[in-house]
Amino acid sequence: MTDVFQAEGLGKTYPGVRANDAVSFAVGPGEIHALLGENGAGKSTLVKMIYGLVRPDDGAMTLLGAPHAPADPRAARAAGVAMVFQHFSLFDALTVAENVALGMENPPPRTDLARRIAEVSQAYGLPLNPARRIASLSAGERQRVEIIRCLLQDPRLLIMDEPTSVLTPQEAEILFATLRQLAAQGTAILYISHKLDEIRTHCDRATILRHGKVVGTVDPRAHSARELAAMMVGAEMRVVDRSGRVPGAEILAVSGLSAAGLRGVSLTLRAGEILGIGGVAGNGQEALLAALSGEEPTAPGTVVMDGTDLSAMGPEARRRLGLLAAPEDRLGHAAVPEFSLAENTLLTAGARQGLVRHGLVDHGAARRFAEAVIRAFDVRTPGPGTAAGALSGGNLQKFVIGREVLGKPRVLVVNQPTWGVDAGAAAQVRQALLDLAGNEAGVIVISQDLDELLELSDRFCALNEGRLSAPRPTEGLSLEEIGLMLGGAHGMEVAHVPA
Amino acid sequence: MFRLEPRASASLGWQIATPVLAVLATMLVGGILFAAMGFDPLAAIRTIFWDPLFGPASGYSRPQLLVKAGPLILIACGLALGFRAGIWNIGAEGQYIIGAICGAAVALAAYPLDAFWIFPAMILAGAAGGWAWGMIPALLRNWFGASEILVSLMLVYVAQKIAAWMAFGPMKNPEGFNFPGSRNLQQYEAAANPELIAGSGLHWGVVAAGVALALTWFVMSRHILGFQIRTAGAAPRAARFAGVRPERLVALCLGVSGALAGLAGLFEVAGPAGQITESFGSGYGFTAIIVAFLGRLHPLGILLAGLLMALTYIGGELAQMMLNLPAATVQVFQGMLLFFLLGFDILTRYRIRRRA
Repeated sequence: MTDVFQAEGLGKTYPGVRANDAVSFAVGPGEIHALLGENGAGKSTLVKMIYGLVRPDDGAMTLLGAPHAPADPRAARAAGVAMVFQHFSLFDALTVAENVALGMENPPPRTDLARRIAEVSQAYGLPLNPARRIASLSAGERQRVEIIRCLLQDPRLLIMDEPTSVLTPQEAEILFATLRQLAAQGTAILYISHKLDEIRTHCDRATILRHGKVVGTVDPRAHSARELAAMMVGAEMRVVDRSGRVPGAEILAVSGLSAAGLRGVSLTLRAGEILGIGGVAGNGQEALLAALSGEEPTAPGTVVMDGTDLSAMGPEARRRLGLLAAPEDRLGHAAVPEFSLAENTLLTAGARQGLVRHGLVDHGAARRFAEAVIRAFDVRTPGPGTAAGALSGGNLQKFVIGREVLGKPRVLVVNQPTWGVDAGAAAQVRQALLDLAGNEAGVIVISQDLDELLELSDRFCALNEGRLSAPRPTEGLSLEEIGLMLGGAHGMEVAHVPA
Repeated sequence: MFRLEPRASASLGWQIATPVLAVLATMLVGGILFAAMGFDPLAAIRTIFWDPLFGPASGYSRPQLLVKAGPLILIACGLALGFRAGIWNIGAEGQYIIGAICGAAVALAAYPLDAFWIFPAMILAGAAGGWAWGMIPALLRNWFGASEILVSLMLVYVAQKIAAWMAFGPMKNPEGFNFPGSRNLQQYEAAANPELIAGSGLHWGVVAAGVALALTWFVMSRHILGFQIRTAGAAPRAARFAGVRPERLVALCLGVSGALAGLAGLFEVAGPAGQITESFGSGYGFTAIIVAFLGRLHPLGILLAGLLMALTYIGGELAQMMLNLPAATVQVFQGMLLFFLLGFDILTRYRIRRRA
């Protein structure tokens, strides 16, 4: 049988990063084909090229035997490609039928449409009432709306971007039944995920991407989750030299933290230590940072630093005691885009740098401190009067990290410190974190970038569905163990084996 | 044909230029409107915008400028704090009325006593009344997530009913031949808010407006509270991260803007208005919203916008008398002004590009 879709040597370069490099693979009719890889491996770029959102720099695609080079998603849809995004694009205030109509090129009359929605939803076992408002639907039901919108176009290739990340296990089962039915009718399905068990149970083939390149196309059923994880993570494991560093006394103890999205998270941190927390974003990373920074106060006794219970304290009180944090979102969370860099120092450095005294803002001091951060961290900007939103991602990240590092933290918590940052800036940020630990501070690095965690951290643990695995010394940790701690369903058991 | 392209940061030039453009567009469209109604547009515009200041009757109308601008500026200062933080107090009119009633209550209870403390006590009561009326939407938002926009707006109508009840009931002047309305406080020396310099229009409310302008400027540009307010408006998550408690900000902004509106009401009832009547609210609370936005939520801008809006009030009345323009003219003008301002505002954040 000829393939529905083929990619030949696809490549795409963004400034500073080769997102896809000579990617070739094929999806046959009736096949559920997994696209597997870590975050940043190039999965999104690849499917965006197929769906016409991004144009490849080189290489060619073939769909149903004809060349496939869509100028925009509309052309891709016309050619028979449909895509269900991880983040839904639905209007809460409108009904299911109205939302579906909005996404169609030539929507039929409203009554016809409602009938067809009912037909399709029945045919594929996706119960859905066309007259209901989106606002009243669960995440799983919303996804059904997106899927039905796709099915109404009769796609030949259906792309699903991490569809189960928002679903309950029961909803996921319904989804897989639908996908199998679609496949049985000859639709090719490209399934993006990093959940190994899911892929091993439901996919016929898996193409594994790493750093933008195809590592291999395998039958996932013939490999163990360990083997798949090892392929995903890659064989180039850095040997980290930890010999020079001796962790000191315990300074931070988190125990039984069960805030929004977190389930009984416990950890300890010692002076001069970097604790790496791996895992895919959306598994409680933001909640953990908010609980540590003080944005979300937690139950008494859950966050203790140097013997002081910080659980009920707000961010300012914690900063005074030396617990600083840098959230993942640079724009709108760690910094205010409209404000100048000097004003942005006031967000977190007011008390520790003496920029605010008796409630009065010392604008001159804020400016001087911003200049100090700019100098120390080589932030490329015209000056402290520049709006934070005008900086490149990497430069703003250096500024945000620098603002906290210069605050001489006792404990620094960072979430995705180098996300979307070019290699040069990433190296600077990592070096700053290492230097900080060298100066007796404790550092918690939450990141999706495994290489980064292995390079930086003394101990490593994984955050998965709100649960934190027991930490293991990074030195001597095998790839298989890492893979299982990260994404495997049995990570907890392995993690509890004493090191 | 044309498309809008977002700017990296809001253009300062356009921020200053759009209010001016809005005023010009209002004059232009207003002129067309007058022409369509059969009036001489140039004469009408001149009567509204020029004559109150420099016309033959300006001796009477010029002091009115401060009388009208005082409460507008006082209220707008408080509103601007909240608007900067994304807290929308639309009900300043209600807080203004309740402040006036509470202040007048103190005066009427003390009548006919002559004591130095009466006027200061009225000021405190007026501010407290407005504050309390503003805290209702604040607490409902903090406790139940109720929209402060709707609650504060609906409380305006409640306040108007209370004013009418007061005028017909508890506060009715016992020597007023059974006409609705309270005693006239202007005739009760210990409680009156008189013109401080004859012929200037300056009264204590105008002084309070000046103090409010200075304080607003100080808080917004020098105090960490102003920074927190701006942060909460620009990036709520960043504000939380910085340690700002949103509930506290809601209570503070609605409370302060309510207190200032209450003060404005007190100074009005003790001065220019003189008494609580069934229709005590004169729309200052709503017009102040326009003043706050027209003034870019900045104290200097609010000062200029307050004077301009006062001018449209006086000019509108003048045009009614001199040219027989309909009474709704003022509202039409004020509405158009806000409409054009919001319309032109898009230019501060976007630039217009010709589509290729």
